[in-house]
Amino acid sequence: MVQENSNIILESFGTYKLRAKDLNLFYGQKQALKNISINIEANTVTAFIGPSGCGKSTFLRCFNRMNDLIEGVTIKGEVMIDDVDVYKNMVDVYEYRKKIGMVFQKPNPFPKSIYENVAFGLRINGESNKSVLDEAVEGSLRKSALWEEVKDNLHKSALALSGGQQQRLCIARAIAVKPSVLLMDEPASALDPISTAKIEELIYDLKDLFTIVIVTHNMQQAARVSDKTAFFYMGELIEFDNTDKIFTNPAKDATQNYITGRFG
Amino acid sequence: MASKKFKSEKLIEWTMLLCSMVSVLTTIGIILVLSIDSIKFFEEVSFVDFLTDKQWTPLFEDKHFGIMSLLSGTLLTTTIAIIVAVPVGLSIAVFLNEYASKRFTSIVKPLLEVLAAVPTVVYGFFALQFVTPMLQKVIPSLAGFNALSPGLVMGIMIIPYITSLSEDALRAVPNSLREASYGLGANRFQTAFKVMVPAANSGIVVSIILAVSRALGETMIVAIAAGQQPKLTFNPLESVETITTYIVQVSMGDVPQDSMEYRTIFAAGMTLFVFTFILNNLSFWIRKKYQQRYE
Amino acid sequence: MSPKIKDTLFRIFAIFCTTLGLATLLILLVDITIKGITRVNWSFFTNLPSRLPEQSGIYTALAGMVSLLLFTLLIALPIGILSGIYLEEYGKKNRLANFIEINISNLAGVPSVIYGILGLELFVRLAGLGNSILAGALTLSLLIMPILIVSTREAIKAVPNSLREAAFGMGATKWQTTSRVVLPAAFGGILTGIILSTSRALGETAPLIVVGALAYVPFIPEGPMDQYTTLPIQIFNWTSRPQQGFVINAAAGIIVLLLFTFILNGIAIYLRNRWYKKTAI
Repeated sequence: MVQENSNIILESFGTYKLRAKDLNLFYGQKQALKNISINIEANTVTAFIGPSGCGKSTFLRCFNRMNDLIEGVTIKGEVMIDDVDVYKNMVDVYEYRKKIGMVFQKPNPFPKSIYENVAFGLRINGESNKSVLDEAVEGSLRKSALWEEVKDNLHKSALALSGGQQQRLCIARAIAVKPSVLLMDEPASALDPISTAKIEELIYDLKDLFTIVIVTHNMQQAARVSDKTAFFYMGELIEFDNTDKIFTNPAKDATQNYITGRFG
Repeated sequence: MASKKFKSEKLIEWTMLLCSMVSVLTTIGIILVLSIDSIKFFEEVSFVDFLTDKQWTPLFEDKHFGIMSLLSGTLLTTTIAIIVAVPVGLSIAVFLNEYASKRFTSIVKPLLEVLAAVPTVVYGFFALQFVTPMLQKVIPSLAGFNALSPGLVMGIMIIPYITSLSEDALRAVPNSLREASYGLGANRFQTAFKVMVPAANSGIVVSIILAVSRALGETMIVAIAAGQQPKLTFNPLESVETITTYIVQVSMGDVPQDSMEYRTIFAAGMTLFVFTFILNNLSFWIRKKYQQRYE
Repeated sequence: MSPKIKDTLFRIFAIFCTTLGLATLLILLVDITIKGITRVNWSFFTNLPSRLPEQSGIYTALAGMVSLLLFTLLIALPIGILSGIYLEEYGKKNRLANFIEINISNLAGVPSVIYGILGLELFVRLAGLGNSILAGALTLSLLIMPILIVSTREAIKAVPNSLREAAFGMGATKWQTTSRVVLPAAFGGILTGIILSTSRALGETAPLIVVGALAYVPFIPEGPMDQYTTLPIQIFNWTSRPQQGFVINAAAGIIVLLLFTFILNGIAIYLRNRWYKKTAI
C-alpha cells in the first residue's frame, strides 16, 4: 500500500515516466530500430501500433531490457524510466525488472499452481510469510478480475485454466510485485472476443495504478483502451499523439494509410 | 505384370518385417535363457538362501550362494558413481543451458561426449594404475582393489549421459517460461532452478534413471579395479566384486556345462537383468507420459 | 544467502564441474600416453603375444578384431538397417509397432554382459559354435542392433516428405520410392550410425570374454570357426598381470585402441555435420 501511494505522489508531479531518445537497435548488422524518441506520461495507457515487423515489440522490450536475452543485440541512444538511463546507469538489471511488469502475447503461466504463479515474484524477493503472500495473491487476483473464478481452486494447476483466464493470471502475476509500469505485448491477440473484452476492461481499470504501454495489432482495440497512440513503421516512430487525433485526423500520410487499411 | 510387381513388393515387406522381429526375438531369447537356467539353479538353492546368505563362494569347496555380497559390490560402486555424476552432470547441463554462450556450449558439449566414447577397458586401466595410487597417497588405508576408485571413474564416464539428456530436456522447455521468469525480475539462478529445472523434471529424472542403469551394468572398470573377491561390505575403501565382474570371472575359467557353477552365471545375470529391466521400462514410461506436455 | 550470491556460487561450481570432467579426460590421455608411448613401435604391431612383455605384441589381437568386426557388420547391417527401414517407412502406428519400439528401447539399455550370456547359451553351446569368431560376431550383432535401428530410423525420419510425394506422384511403388529416393537421401545419417556402432563394437570387452574370446591367442584366425582375441581383451589381460612390462604394454595397446576409436568417432561427427547441412531445407 505504501509503495502504491508513493508512486502516485511522484507521478502527480508530471515527470515523464518512460522516455527514449535517439534510440537505435541492431540485430548484428541489421538495424531494427531507427532514432526513436518518445515521452510517455505516468498513469496513461499508450498503444504502439504498426504492421508486422515494424519494431514495436522490439522497442517495448527495450524498456525492461528483455532484449539482453538475445545474443548479438546492440543498442545506441537512451532509454529512461523515472529519468534514470536503463542501459547506462542501471547496475542490477534483475532488481530493475522487478519494477516493470510484462505480459506476453501467448499466456505463459508456470506449470505450477495458480497460487504459486502469482506468488512467484514475491518469493524470489525473499518473501516467505504465508499471510503476506496470501494477501498479495488475493489482491492481485482481484485486480485482474480473476479472483471470483479461482478462489476455491488456488492450488490447482494454472495450466488447467482457459486461455483467457491464463492471461489474466499472467497479469495478476505481473502486478503482484507492485511494479509501476506494465508492458503488454499483444496481450489479447491469442484470445477469444469475450476474453479480449475482459482484458480491455482490465486495462482501463489498472490505469490508475500503473503506467501502461500496450503493443497491439488491433486498431479498434488501440482506439478503445489508450489515451495516446504511437505508430511505428519499418523501425521508425512515424507519429505519436492523442489517440483520437491519430485515428480521426493523423498528421502523416503513412499513418493515414495504415489506419485506413491500405497496408499492414 | 502388375501382380508380379505387387508380389515382389510384398515379399520385400515381409523380409523387412522378419528382420524387425529379430529385436523381439532377442528380448525373448534373453528372458528365456536367463529364466531356464535360473530355474534350474533355484531347484538346488533355495530362494531364501540366495537372498540372505552373506557369502558367495560357488567356486570353492564350501559353497555359499548368497547374492547379497555381489549385490553390495554392484550397489556400492554404482552409488559412488551416481553421487559424482548427478550433481556434476546436472550443474553442467544447467550452466550450458542458462549461463553459457552458444560458442562455449558448442565447444564443451562435444568434448564431454568424448567421455562416453572411451572404451571402458581404458577407464579400468586408468582407475587401477592412476586413480588408486593417487588416492592411496591421501587415504593410506585404501586397498589396492577398492570400490572408491572405479566408482569415481564410472561417475566421470556417466557425466555425458546426464548432461546430454538433461540439457535436451531443459531446451525443450518453451522459451516463454524463461521470459516470464526474467520479466518478473528473477536472476539466472532463480530462473534456472525455480522455473526451468522443475519444468524439465521428467526429462532430468529419465536421465538419472538411465545413468543408474548404465552404472549397474558396467563391467570392465570394476573388473579391473574393484577386485575379484565378493565381500558383503559398504566400505568403499575395501575390495569388492560386482555381479558383472563375477560373470566375467567365471567365464574365463573352465566351467563344465550344466554344473552349479555354470548356473550361477544365469542366476547372477538374472538378478542384474531384473534391475536394469525395471529401470529401463520405468524411464521409457516416464518419457512417454510427459512427452505431450508442451504441445 | 541472497539470490545474487547463490547465482555467483553456482556459476563457480558449474565451471568447476565442467573443468573436472574435461581435466579428467585430459589427465587420462596424458597419463596413458606417457606410460605407453615408448612401447608403440613397429614390433609392437607385428609381434604375437608372448610370455615376455617386451616381445609381446598386438598382431593377433588386431587380426582377430578385424575379422570379428567384418563378420559382425556382415550380419548386423542388413538386419539392422532393414528393420529400421521397415519400422520407419512401412510400420503403421499400431500396437505391434509400439511394442517393437519399447523392445528396442529396452535392448539398448541391457548391460553388455547379458548379451554375452545370451550368446554363451545360444551360439556357443546350443548352436555348437564354440569359442569361434562366428559366435562372437553373432553376439556383437545383437548388441549393436538397437544402435543401428535407431540411427537408421532417425536418418529416414529426417528425409522431407515432399520427396516421397514426388516419387509417388510419378507412379513409383513403395519399395522403389524407399530404395531410390528415401535411402539415398538418408545415406549420410545411416552411415553415421554404422560408424558409431562399429566404434562401439570395437571397444566391447565383457560380452566377448563371456562367449569365449581368449586372452592368449598366438595365431591368426583364418576362418569364422577359429578362436580369436581382440585388442580390448588383450589390454584387459595385460592389465591383470603384475609385471611392470605388461602395464606398459597395456598402455601402448590403449593408445592404439583410442586412436581407432577417436578416428572413427571423428569421421562420424564430420559426416553428421555435413549431412545435416545438406538436408537442411
